[in-house]
Amino acid sequence: MNNRLINWFKFASPQSFYPLAGRMIPWFWALTAAFGVAGLWISFFVAPTDAQQGEGYRIIFIHVPASWMSMFIYCIMAGWAGLGLVFNTRLSGMMASALAPTGALMAFLSLWTGALWGKPMWGAWWVWDARLTSELILFFLYIGFIALQAAIDDPRRADKAGAILALVGVVNVPIIYFSVKWWNTLHQGSTINLTKAPSMAQTMLWGMLLMALCFWMYSIAVALMRARAIILERETHTEWVKQLDEVKS
Amino acid sequence: MTWNSPAEFFAMGGYALYVWGSFGVTALALLMEPFLVRHRRSAILRSLRRERLAEELDQQ
Repeated sequence: MNNRLINWFKFASPQSFYPLAGRMIPWFWALTAAFGVAGLWISFFVAPTDAQQGEGYRIIFIHVPASWMSMFIYCIMAGWAGLGLVFNTRLSGMMASALAPTGALMAFLSLWTGALWGKPMWGAWWVWDARLTSELILFFLYIGFIALQAAIDDPRRADKAGAILALVGVVNVPIIYFSVKWWNTLHQGSTINLTKAPSMAQTMLWGMLLMALCFWMYSIAVALMRARAIILERETHTEWVKQLDEVKS
Repeated sequence: MTWNSPAEFFAMGGYALYVWGSFGVTALALLMEPFLVRHRRSAILRSLRRERLAEELDQQ
């Protein structure tokens, strides 16, 4: 029991996390490519034309994964930020900062693909609907987190301020998720939920799940890459960074 | 298979602008981000190497 605890904290130090992340990144890229190829193949060549929306519905294969990721990443980011506040570990803050830009990108893609889907189906690029508005707020929360951290020179204080913002903002995630239930919205209800069988064709569902896995793997890979860059930036004056092969050569 | 010709595939049943606008921008964004992160990494590595070199010169 005690050994296990020590092992976990071992990887909480940037020095041991840095090489571990480096070894994992290529695997996550390989999985991203594999899931991406399979997902796109199903999205475009296997999934049938939709009875109501024709070929326009194919936007779902990136819209839903991007929206899911924007919410997941926010929760994970807030989780790391909270861990950082409680345990005061250096790596937590670095992980939260590494996730924020990717989460912001996912929120942007969710809004962008949503606009391009809304125009042909609803006749409007944008409506002030509960789902759309709360997702826009999520995007602003990411931008706020990044801007707040960038505005504070001391990284440890930036981590703490960012952590509080991230934790307060977490209240928005269930609002997004349940918005289609709580309010009458133009946005359709969830296609997949935990209590009912999915309301879509099997092949469409598989395409969406594979694309979601592809986005998951992508997010992990790119966040680990960014975390490694942040570790180098913040640990510049430590002996172990000076002894790294990539610095010596 | 849904498509009879490449032209039909690219036309996306009249939704070309919306479908390709979504997939195109997403692909571009997901290609740009790792590129920018790699750039950030090489910037910090460059300055770390320079610092190391400066230290070595100091010692001589």
